[in-house]
Amino acid sequence: MSNAPVNNGRRRFLTAATSVVGGVGVVGVAVPFIGSWNPSARAKAAGAPVEVNVSKIEPGQLIRAEWRGKPVYVVRRTEEIISALSTHDDQLKDPQSEVPQQPVYATNEYRSIKPEFLVALGVCTHLGCAPTHHKGDFDQHVDGVKDGFFCPCHGSKFDMAGRVFQSVPAPTNLMVPDHSFPTEDTLLIGVSQGEA
Amino acid sequence: MFANLMAWIEQRLPLMDAMNKHAAQYPAPKNFNFWYVFGILASVVLVNQLLTGVWLTMNYEPSGDGAFASVEYIMRDVDYGWLLRYMHSTGASAFFVVVYMHMFRGMMYGSYQKPRELLWLFGMLIFLVLMAEAFMGYLLPWGNMSYWGAQVIISIFGAIPVIGDDLTLWIRGDYVISGATLNRFFALHVIALPLVLVVLVFLHILALHEVGSNNPDGTNIKKPKGSVPPEEQSKFTFHEQYTKKYDIVDAIPFHPYYTVKDLVAVVIFLIVFCWVMFFAPEGGGYFIEAPNFEPANGLKTPEHIAPVWYFGPFYTILRVIPDKLLGAIGMFGAIIALFMLPWFDRGTVKSLRYRCTAHTVNLVQFAICFIILGVLGTLPANPLNNMIGAIASFGYFGFFVALWIYSKNEKTQPVPERVTG
Repeated sequence: MSNAPVNNGRRRFLTAATSVVGGVGVVGVAVPFIGSWNPSARAKAAGAPVEVNVSKIEPGQLIRAEWRGKPVYVVRRTEEIISALSTHDDQLKDPQSEVPQQPVYATNEYRSIKPEFLVALGVCTHLGCAPTHHKGDFDQHVDGVKDGFFCPCHGSKFDMAGRVFQSVPAPTNLMVPDHSFPTEDTLLIGVSQGEA
Repeated sequence: MFANLMAWIEQRLPLMDAMNKHAAQYPAPKNFNFWYVFGILASVVLVNQLLTGVWLTMNYEPSGDGAFASVEYIMRDVDYGWLLRYMHSTGASAFFVVVYMHMFRGMMYGSYQKPRELLWLFGMLIFLVLMAEAFMGYLLPWGNMSYWGAQVIISIFGAIPVIGDDLTLWIRGDYVISGATLNRFFALHVIALPLVLVVLVFLHILALHEVGSNNPDGTNIKKPKGSVPPEEQSKFTFHEQYTKKYDIVDAIPFHPYYTVKDLVAVVIFLIVFCWVMFFAPEGGGYFIEAPNFEPANGLKTPEHIAPVWYFGPFYTILRVIPDKLLGAIGMFGAIIALFMLPWFDRGTVKSLRYRCTAHTVNLVQFAICFIILGVLGTLPANPLNNMIGAIASFGYFGFFVALWIYSKNEKTQPVPERVTG
């Protein structure tokens, strides 16, 4: 540096002021870059409710509906499956569905509006794979439980109410989306009871 | 005429001087062995990836509707499109083969130790960017394994408490993986990350040439100025940058001695590379996985989700830990542990040739665990595999803990003053 007389106080003030203004500018410029990664208006608009005719589902059968690009599992549970739900509570992480993974009207022992119909997102709560439905041969994964869901990615297990078993990577029960039955035979996914 | 032109340029930009400093007069230890070819091989693969990548973008269509079909178009209708794509896809796997070998070389001969810590950190950053490149590139063909692989990896960020769900939404740009995700991954894969990668490689080489190359004996070939009689010094001319402060022993110029040696390695490597590319471009389902021949389908997870082989070790660590957040921490921890290697190792002897037996045993068990974790990553999850995976994960992390403990007061052999040949 030169030996020219320097007003250090003024130099520090100007350096600090320039840095602060520059910093504010950087933050301001970052906003559009970060914001452009949010879902676009088009993506947000694509989330319309989906209607499913449940009268055609055979007892014990699972059908997949697509809602907001995600698979929704709709299962018509048989009497046998419904009565088996309470037999393995001690092996579950959250048997009483205390974690709000379902709307209040589905916070019951069946995790559904009607015991007969399970409506749950087919998206594993671990890392988002679609669990496979095992009908009658689930006991290869959990002794004594005949039906359930097994996630092929990391081996998470769920029962026929979408409740997660212990000692698997998935932290919570399968998500039950907002849904309602406007008529006896139609299921509306994405709209809660009494909202429509 | 030509000499005049060269002199004219040299006065304005010292290109020849830079060439001499980094190649023709760069002192490289004379005892490099087979393990020292992988840096050059990685550069060769990088050039391959950049070139074929640019050519692939000429026919690829980055959109949810067009991506899968455009890859089929490249494979069937574009002249030599299949070759360019297989050069790129085989190159991706080859990149990880040579980089893993390169890293293991550094671990064996202590090339991460003082004064080469920053060199190691640049190398680890390259590895991290490379993994991001590979992951984002794998989404682009928009096959079903691309889709679900991305689903799994992006969901890992959902394990972060509080902000996790919003963060994954922000990364995807949609409620599910969609064309929006594909487009941003394309932009990062072909522009942003390659730029970062090239800059990091440049810094990696500069940092290497500043501190000088290590060697299989871990000896220092730069002796204090004036401490070595002239007849024992290396007979070659080295750049003044190196000789003004040091007497150089046991060294040969990088060019032509190691360029020629590396050329042999490059030829052998290319023979193997071409064999895979022409006769087994799918790598038996490990380089390009079978479900990727179906278009992405958000409603149907493939029966068995497996990452491409090079992510196997880290993926296994993720899934053997039966907790979402801890699993993610374990996976990233495995990479962070590698970053911190120069500080886990408290020893001063570099090469395993002169370190305690426990170190060799530890390094071998680490390599075995790493391979086991990699194999398990490609196999389905079941209780037996999970148990083996847990043991191997223990071995992986145990390497660093054990190293930290025994390297404090390690019983080492004397390191020779000069390389042993």
